[in-house]
Parts: sequence; C-alpha cells; structure tokens
Amino acid sequence: MTIGLGHYLAVAAMLFTLGILGIFLNRKNIIVILMSVELILLAVNINLVAFSTFLGDIVGQVFALLVLTVAAAEAAIGLAVLVVYFRNRGSIAVEDVNLMKG
Amino acid sequence: MILPALFFYLFAAVCVASAVMVIVSKNPVHSVLYLILAFVNASGLFVLMGAEFLAMILVVVYVGAVAVLFLFVIMMLDVDFTELREGFLQYMPIGLVIGGIFLFELLLTVSYWVINPTTPKAITAAIPTNVTNTEALGLVLYTKYIHYFQLSGMILLVAMIGAIVLTLRHKVSVKRQDINVQNARTPEMAMAVRKVAVGQGLQDTDAAEWVK
Repeated sequence: MTIGLGHYLAVAAMLFTLGILGIFLNRKNIIVILMSVELILLAVNINLVAFSTFLGDIVGQVFALLVLTVAAAEAAIGLAVLVVYFRNRGSIAVEDVNLMKG
Repeated sequence: MILPALFFYLFAAVCVASAVMVIVSKNPVHSVLYLILAFVNASGLFVLMGAEFLAMILVVVYVGAVAVLFLFVIMMLDVDFTELREGFLQYMPIGLVIGGIFLFELLLTVSYWVINPTTPKAITAAIPTNVTNTEALGLVLYTKYIHYFQLSGMILLVAMIGAIVLTLRHKVSVKRQDINVQNARTPEMAMAVRKVAVGQGLQDTDAAEWVK
C-alpha cells in the first residue's frame, strides 16, 4: 500500500478538473471563477512538487514557488480589477463585460 | 508504512471534497472557507512528499494573504449573490460532460504513463540528502535560479503597483496637503493690503478678492 507518483497525479488531475468545472458552472460569479483559477494553479503545484520528489530533482519545487508567486499576483490584480468594475457598474456580473462590443 | 498512506488518503479526500464545495456552495464566503480547507490539506500533501518549505509557504501565502483578500473583497462588495447563481443548473450538464471527459483522459494518462527507463534522467539539481528541504531549496534558488527569483520579485512589485493604481481614487471633496503648492506661495499671493475707509470697514464687494 505504498503511495506513488500516480496517486499524487490523480489528486492533481481531480483538482484541475474541478477548477475547470467551477469556471463552467459559475459563469456569472467572477469571484468563484477566480477561486477556480486558484484551484487549477494548486493542481499544477501539486504536479510540480510530485515530480520533483519522485524524480529527486529540486528544480520542480523552485518552479512551484514561482507559480505560487504568479498566483498571488494574479489574485491581487484580478480582485483589484473586480473592485474597479464594481465601482463603475454596481454589479459583478461577468456577462455585462461585453459592453465594448461594437 | 500504512500511516503515510492513510494520511495521504485523508488529505486527498478532504482536499478534493472541499474543492467540490468551493464550486457548488451558494455563499461565496463559504467558498472561500472551503478554499482555505483545500489549501491546508494540499499543504499536508506537500509535507507527505517532503516539500516542507513549500507546504508552509502555501499556508502563509494562500491562507494568510490570498484567501483573506478574497474575504475582504466579498465582504466589501454589496452584491446579491443569489442572482449570480442563475444558469448554474443550465450549465451543469455540459460542464459535467466536459469535466468527466477531461478527468477520464487525465486519469487514463496518469495510470498508463511511465518514465522511459532507458533514457537517462536529466536531473538539473538533485535533492541533497543531508540538508533540510528549506536549505536545499535556498542552495539552488539563490545561486542557479537567482534571475527567476528576482523576476518573481518584479512580478510581485508590478502586481502591487497595479493593484494600488487600479483601486486608488482621489475624491475632489477631500482637501489634501500639497507641498509644492505651499512652497510656491509668495506673500503677494497670500496677503493683500487694503485701504479701509474710516467707519465703513471692508465691503462685501471686496469679498471675492480677499477670500482668495
């Protein structure tokens, strides 16, 4: 009953799928969409760390650290854009974003 | 031997279950709390894999910063979240179909996939056995990958400046101190000497001038 690389990859695959499903299901709620993107990035991180551990190469963890940085920056910028959008429109419905369409 | 396996299944099950709750809960506050649970359990998985530093960073960055940021934004925005859930059931079938196909393919790939044993492993920086995980990470991060490290610092700086610039707004009604305007003031601009007629005082007709 030893836990191998495949187990961790399976967990990461499930998290990734759930992230994509979250984007599909919550088409209107941009906050949950941002959370789903965080889930996807978490799945990527689990993949990187799993390969790093089971191949004995620490570079995977370095890259996981960089992905973490980008995820934090993305969340901050995304929420800032959301706040500005809410100030201008009074709602956060994503469907209204296509106002600039000609 | 059995204990790590048990903990793996515990962490993995709670992580996936809370990820499900993130996307299906009605209240976004609950979504954020389940997201925190998912991240804590993922950091448990990281500890099981021997990446202790990343596990702690995951808790600090995600739970301490990102999740709290989400909570702040949800609390600050006065949004009716029930109307944002319209279409949830409408998109459910197509989402489940696509997600099911995707998960099936991913699991198929994972289960039938092996590293070709004949190809030599191209290991860039092997994990040293005699130092802690944090030290091993620092040994490569600050030497071999110093440029990536500095680049990620720049990304954080740009994100910080961008978030401030986006959300900062100057209200016209708020009076602020402007050092340059103060330094540019001369006695001629600030003062006016007037001859006041005896017994009359300053008239209202002068008001527009002397208020300025």
